[in-house]
Amino acid sequence: MKNSRRTFIKLASLAAATLAVAPKAMASSGGHEPVSVNPKAVHAKQWAMVIDTTKLHTAEAIEKLAALCHADHNVPTVQSKKEIKWLWNDTYAHTFPEQENPHLAEEVHHRAYALLCNHCENPSCVRVCPTKATFKRPDGIVAMDYHRCIGCRYCMAACPFGSRSFNWEEPRKNLDLTKLNPEFPTRMRGVVEKCNFCVERLAVGKMPICAEASEGAIVFGDLYDPESPVRKVLREKFTIRRKPSVGTEPCVYYVI
Amino acid sequence: MKMHYGFPIIAGLLIFVVAITAPFAVGKAVTKQYKQPEPKKVVGEKECIESVEFMRTEHMQLLNEWRDWALRDGKRIYTNHAGKQFTISLQNTCMKCHTNKAEFCDKCHNDAGVSPYCWDCHVQPEGLK
Repeated sequence: MKNSRRTFIKLASLAAATLAVAPKAMASSGGHEPVSVNPKAVHAKQWAMVIDTTKLHTAEAIEKLAALCHADHNVPTVQSKKEIKWLWNDTYAHTFPEQENPHLAEEVHHRAYALLCNHCENPSCVRVCPTKATFKRPDGIVAMDYHRCIGCRYCMAACPFGSRSFNWEEPRKNLDLTKLNPEFPTRMRGVVEKCNFCVERLAVGKMPICAEASEGAIVFGDLYDPESPVRKVLREKFTIRRKPSVGTEPCVYYVI
Repeated sequence: MKMHYGFPIIAGLLIFVVAITAPFAVGKAVTKQYKQPEPKKVVGEKECIESVEFMRTEHMQLLNEWRDWALRDGKRIYTNHAGKQFTISLQNTCMKCHTNKAEFCDKCHNDAGVSPYCWDCHVQPEGLK
């Protein structure tokens, strides 16, 4: 029994090693990953959009796209301060408040500009959300999980672009219930909502509905792929972004 | 020993006992036999995404996992234990077979006294009113 302590330590360390390895070995033997990404889905490092305001610059044209978007995503129509908007339009002064120089080219100054969530690279809304209901996906989309939203509206205060709307009332009251898109949910009262860059369409390999219907005025693609359509336009044309000084790195670019 | 206020006490107790047992004696709600809810069977499709027993007891956990997989992880294809693949979607997968919320979901949920908030947002296949 001279070596008893040594034998004990040896045995104990062996047992400890087995304990550390065993669960992993067991897990991998029955490893059945039940979920996967749809092979038809399109991927990117950071989705981005370029809006050519020389082609898309009237309120009517933008409203037409907004109607498509809102119908596809069951966005209620409310004509008041409680309005819900995923895609809308506004004046130059409201779109680019930092770049409103005096004596601007009249034509540019009088255009209507299409506005939507900028899906920022450094989104302030994601930072402030206390429940992680709004989060940044690996493909750069600032997504919302309405199941988790508690309606605190911190994100609305944080967003420098006014891209978020709060459901003050039951949204179904302001929807035509006979014309709902049955493939997409509505929201409930008390949650914040916004443009989702059509994640549900990207997941099946389609482009966002506004880009698809814009007849080339809206280009969509990966900001980090030099060959993407977005990068091609950015290379060739002069573009500006909304409020670059706040540092959220918005990913919606405007050709002026 | 004489009981003080004996009559009102005994009478009060009797009224109390009668009142509390009345539902068992005359009420219909208690004496009626409980019938198992019968959610509408699916026509045309034999198997759900997992076994009936699993779906019956675990569908809530499954739906929760489906929600997180699809929404947060962006993984929208589910492979079941038999290897068959399904698109993860309540409205576009589950409710394509279970075509009526009132005749399927509500049957058991009403009896069990639960009201999950799925349909506050998701659109039931029979449409909204």
